[in-house]
Amino acid sequence: MFVFFLRRLLVAVPTLILISIFVFLLQQLLPGDPVLAMAGEDRDLATLAALRERYGLNETLPVQYWVWISAVLQGDFGTSIRSGEPILDLILQKLPVTLQLAAMSLAFAMLIGIPMGIVSAVNKGTKIDLAANVIALSGLSIPNFWLGIMLILLVSVRWQLFPASGYVPPSEDFWQSIRTMLMPSFVLGTGLAAALMRHTRSSMLEVLRQDYVRTARAKGLTERRVVLRHAFRNALTPIVTLTALLFGELVAGAVLTEQIFTIPGFGKLIVDAVFNRDYAVVQGVVLVTAFGFIFMNLLADMAYVLLNPRLRHAR
Amino acid sequence: MKKTLLLTALLSATALGAQASELKIGLESDPDALDPDKSRTFVGRIVFTSLCDKLVDITPELSIVPQLATAWETSDDGKALTMTLRDGVTFHDGTPFNAEAVKANIERSKTFDESVRKSELSSIDTVEVVDALTVKFNLSASDATLLAQLADRAGMMMAPSALSPDFASNPVCSGPFTLTERVSQDKIVLDKFAGYWNADAILLERVTLVMIPDSTVRLANLQSGDIQIVNQLSATDAAAVEGNARLRFANITGLGYQGLTFNGANGDKSNNPLGQNAKLREAFDLSIDRDAINQVVFNGLFTPASQPFTPASPYYNPDFPVIKRDIEAAKAILAEAGVQTPVKVQVQVPNTPVTLQLMQVIQSMVAEAGFEVELVSKEFATLIADASVGDFQISQQGWSGRVDPDGNIFGFVTTDAGFNDGKYSNAEVDRLLREARTISDPAARAERYKAATAILAVDRPLIYLYHLGWLYGLDAKVQGLTLYPDGMLRLEGVSVTE
Repeated sequence: MFVFFLRRLLVAVPTLILISIFVFLLQQLLPGDPVLAMAGEDRDLATLAALRERYGLNETLPVQYWVWISAVLQGDFGTSIRSGEPILDLILQKLPVTLQLAAMSLAFAMLIGIPMGIVSAVNKGTKIDLAANVIALSGLSIPNFWLGIMLILLVSVRWQLFPASGYVPPSEDFWQSIRTMLMPSFVLGTGLAAALMRHTRSSMLEVLRQDYVRTARAKGLTERRVVLRHAFRNALTPIVTLTALLFGELVAGAVLTEQIFTIPGFGKLIVDAVFNRDYAVVQGVVLVTAFGFIFMNLLADMAYVLLNPRLRHAR
Repeated sequence: MKKTLLLTALLSATALGAQASELKIGLESDPDALDPDKSRTFVGRIVFTSLCDKLVDITPELSIVPQLATAWETSDDGKALTMTLRDGVTFHDGTPFNAEAVKANIERSKTFDESVRKSELSSIDTVEVVDALTVKFNLSASDATLLAQLADRAGMMMAPSALSPDFASNPVCSGPFTLTERVSQDKIVLDKFAGYWNADAILLERVTLVMIPDSTVRLANLQSGDIQIVNQLSATDAAAVEGNARLRFANITGLGYQGLTFNGANGDKSNNPLGQNAKLREAFDLSIDRDAINQVVFNGLFTPASQPFTPASPYYNPDFPVIKRDIEAAKAILAEAGVQTPVKVQVQVPNTPVTLQLMQVIQSMVAEAGFEVELVSKEFATLIADASVGDFQISQQGWSGRVDPDGNIFGFVTTDAGFNDGKYSNAEVDRLLREARTISDPAARAERYKAATAILAVDRPLIYLYHLGWLYGLDAKVQGLTLYPDGMLRLEGVSVTE
């Protein structure tokens, strides 16, 4: 198992290097000049030249890349051109925010998606199944920004139940933190819940067809026990894998959700950095996100192996 | 159990929100570095207004009034400015404010490699400490714009004890509030500075600036009571605020403008009919109905414009009234010029909904005269980069405005100036505007500006469309807020009632 883990981790290194080069080059394709973008209304030509010099923007691309990547390998992500803050600090400051959003969204997605998938599979072809499918499709098709604005107008403005936007760290006020995050994580969670529901449903349908389920029923077990103990447990493996893989979608979804609810997380960091042509921030964030995604994939693979003993022996 | 906890949390949150000593302001974007020498953003200036006092300040009528300097005098030849400083002022760290501090600040602004204040203070040669509370600026040439510069970031005084390249991470000034916390892209928390020289006028204990880029969400936060002031309310939301008994709408005409810059001489793209022919630009100008634009796009809240100076400025010139639409005259000019209609032209426009709407309205207005406008919407950073290298025919751009008239005209129309994207060049305009910089007599300055404006009104290197208004949504509980044309929120005398 350890060797397997190590091998997969080593494979991730060239992937990360490729990603870093790709992101670096992609940014160069962006029109616009970072120094001009940051200069705003103080466009003094001598100052612009000095800033370009200071941030090494006059160097050739390979030199710029080399300077950046060799610093990153030593744990120095550089500083933000716009705010002057160290990028590592920014990343460490924003990462927990997005992780909290991701965790709560995932909780929403699982709480809604998995039970709905089970119910819909058990009642396949009935009106319940149809209703669950309609709900799932709505979850997939309602745009996040629309749902977000609607929730803000209804829940925050009309009913004044939750704050309209913002973020409170759990360390500062745990319940207030949960309250501020409820709406955004619900919005982000609904889309994922739909995917999870459909996946659970098909996985459950597959399992419910198996001989051992018929045997369990023949033994006279209650339907509840058959579904939850025998069928669901076996259907769980692919669901766990999918859940881990949803991490990528969560980060992508967080970009939009964080904009709507003004949550100072990874998504907002990267969007603002792109608009401000804050290259080093974009590179740092993408690199960390890519690493997170690779790591989650790795965890998923390992969970798969752990949950399915047959795979372990097949190795 | 959980329900009880949640209820307790809800109650405690409500109790916190009810404290009248705190004011929460919703800003439209995150400021950049909190270092007056590095700062480049408008929202950054709003933060500094509470954090860092300046040598002088302005009144709503744009007169210069004392802040950290109580009196000042310009020498007869205009080459020296002597300021008397306020006694008993301390910085947030308890160190004293004095002439040495002023000298250290100005010298840093002029020499720090990342300083963007250098051009604003370029006329200052040396700073002389006359005595502890008197400082003398020796100028290389008489500079009429200097006082106005000292009323903004260039005049903000930082504690010499805190001056380092990393000042922004722990800014120490002498303003009414100190920085307690900054979470980038989220909030800036300021607490009252007990040792402030004018502490009696500060009625708030805490000010929190919350960054909420989306204007709808910003308004929703005001409606839900999470914030008490919305900065940069969108014009279309004004009615919603006015219709809400718990809220109040406030606005004031700003110093800035929006306009269209023509490319007359910057690269190949200047070879277009409008770039080369001022008469065609006049026809274009005459086809625009500025009042209609104001009503349709801005709910009548902005001020139509045909000159760079706003009616709030003493330099506003009634001799150049807003150009009225005259479609027949525009058609006649086109016919006289003998050009083939439609005259095709491309306009670059920032990709925000409001500016797109603005340009679509103009597109249909000028079409009646015989112009076929193609709109190319660009993300802002791209737009300014393209404009500066001449990759445009017409660029829709604006300016947030400065107190001194020089800041609203010089950089845009003088030869090789930083914002002169169309590379307009006219020796007479250059001469007049350079002279206006050095004359301290307001009447004589106004004459130069009038003469330059008269030339520009014919040459039209850029045409002005409207002056921006600063629009605010306020909770009705906010009392005592005075609005200023520079769009800054000065919190002296501001309170939030229970």
